[in-house]
Amino acid sequence: MELLFALVIGALTASGVYLLLRARTFPVVMGLTLLSYGVNLFLFATGRLATGEQPVIGTASGYSDPLPQALVLTAIVIGFAMTAFLVVLALRNLADNENDHVDGQHETPSEQTQDQEVTSK
Amino acid sequence: MTHWLIAPILIPLLGGILQVFMGYAPISLRRTLAIATTVLMLVSAVVLLMLANDDSYRIYAFGNWQPPFGIVLVLDRLAALMLVLTAILGLFCHIYACGGADEGNRQFHTLFLFQLMGLNIAFLTGDLFNLFVAFEVLLIASYGLLMHGGGSTRTVPGLHYVVLNLTGSALFLIGVGMIYSATGTLNMADLAVKIPQVSGSNVNLVKAGGMMLLVVFCLKAALLPLCFWLPKAYAKATAPVAALFAVMTKVGIYAIVRIYPLIFGEGAGELAYLGMDWLFPLALVTLGMGVIGALGADNLKTLVAWQVIISVGTLLAPIALGSEAGLSAALFYLISTTWTVAALFLVSELVASQRGQAGDSIVTAPKMRHRTFLSVLFLIGAVAAAGLPPLSGFFGKLLILQSVEPGAEMAWLWGVLLVGSFLTLIAYSRAGSIVFWWNVDGQIEKPEPMSNRASISTGMLTCLTMAIVVLAGPVSDYTRATAEQLYDNRGYINILQTPMHVPQSPLVGEAN
Repeated sequence: MELLFALVIGALTASGVYLLLRARTFPVVMGLTLLSYGVNLFLFATGRLATGEQPVIGTASGYSDPLPQALVLTAIVIGFAMTAFLVVLALRNLADNENDHVDGQHETPSEQTQDQEVTSK
Repeated sequence: MTHWLIAPILIPLLGGILQVFMGYAPISLRRTLAIATTVLMLVSAVVLLMLANDDSYRIYAFGNWQPPFGIVLVLDRLAALMLVLTAILGLFCHIYACGGADEGNRQFHTLFLFQLMGLNIAFLTGDLFNLFVAFEVLLIASYGLLMHGGGSTRTVPGLHYVVLNLTGSALFLIGVGMIYSATGTLNMADLAVKIPQVSGSNVNLVKAGGMMLLVVFCLKAALLPLCFWLPKAYAKATAPVAALFAVMTKVGIYAIVRIYPLIFGEGAGELAYLGMDWLFPLALVTLGMGVIGALGADNLKTLVAWQVIISVGTLLAPIALGSEAGLSAALFYLISTTWTVAALFLVSELVASQRGQAGDSIVTAPKMRHRTFLSVLFLIGAVAAAGLPPLSGFFGKLLILQSVEPGAEMAWLWGVLLVGSFLTLIAYSRAGSIVFWWNVDGQIEKPEPMSNRASISTGMLTCLTMAIVVLAGPVSDYTRATAEQLYDNRGYINILQTPMHVPQSPLVGEAN
């Protein structure tokens, strides 16, 4: 289970970071979302993975740590609010610059001609 | 347990909530209540400063849980100093904003007060995860404030700022998670006890977590190579917001000063002085880079934004060297530079409003109105920022220079700081002489009237740099005691033994 869990976190984080480095706002928003999923799972795992254990010390041989769950819950709520704000900001950027490039640049002529070629085809 | 500790958080929270429901009330009423809230917050911060002056630690445990369980607020000299610094800055920025900058968005005052609340939580908290929450509270308010006033020029820097800070938050959580998985605690005092006991493979986990937190704090503090978001974002923000943001980079520095000497201090064994050898060269390069940016700035606000980066470099270099005198000097300079930079942001906006189309660009323009008043304010701000006698920046830099032990570090710090200050002076002289002295013939088209509130608050904030000089003795005594308190972490650890007041439950009595 540990290996699977680690692989999932790794895959989420890697895809998140990759998307975060893209030049359009939509992939960046997606990247941040995936990254926060990876981080939430990671936080969850900091209390060690345990199945079927009680969250109380001393009543059984093992225990499952309840604190990371509270931390994850906080992180999820904050992450959700921030993502919502970011989506609104990205839309505003699109409306202001008629372009969803993260630097707000207008498309270079070569890109425009490529787009025109695609549409003409 | 004194209940005053929660006041700097509750006052702006309640004031902010009140503002939420008053979006459609007359603007004069909203302004009066908002300023009243900030004044009350300043009063509570001053009360806490008086309390903290006796060198003891005071805690406020939510729900009366014995630390390290539950969340605690901790008041010590550093926290009280930061609270007062922020409250004074917040008050003047707020008065300035009431001169007209708060129009156009009904929730400006709400966001402003929530921003102050977030800052106060960050300064008071004694819990690592709560520090993360405080960062998020102040960040989400700052996102709104940064976009305040509209204009498409703010969208792109705002987007960069939000994305960078969200990535920073993800890193913060990973760092916190690593430290928690190795130590099983997030209370700062408890961490100071547990981290020296960490052994085996967990050491590397804590080391990685600690370094990751350092990266996050450096992102907030805008240390090179994580500083490129700052000039654009600050230069585009409305003046009172940019001025308030002068303290935002200091939150990153505060977090470093709070956590590293306490948790990764002398007694942390293998983990002692974690990351500090990286911090020193980076701080010097940041300083140099800020100076180059200031020399190349084409408008006043960008110039001041680069001054923020210069001050971050100047502050972190002595902190990284880890001497008590260095930390004390850095704290003194921190007070001076925060107010100076904020005042300069406000002056730039006033200048821009009096120059018509030229705005705050460093170009020649027809003679502005109120030139004498504005140029004197700019002169005072520039002298304090560049570190010339007789203003506070000079004393701050002098204390920093004096604090270094002779050696290679001294040569580097003296060299970079002195050459940097000289070049900063050139940048300010160039900007000042072009903007104020080199006038071309002509009339300013449509000059905006200068509001009294804005000019008075700018003048007062500028005068604070002189007030620090007058009070240099008590202030430096206070920062020295603060540094002493920070390097002796036994006091902070002792808050774990604070006896909790257990109320007598009547039910227990009846059962007996």
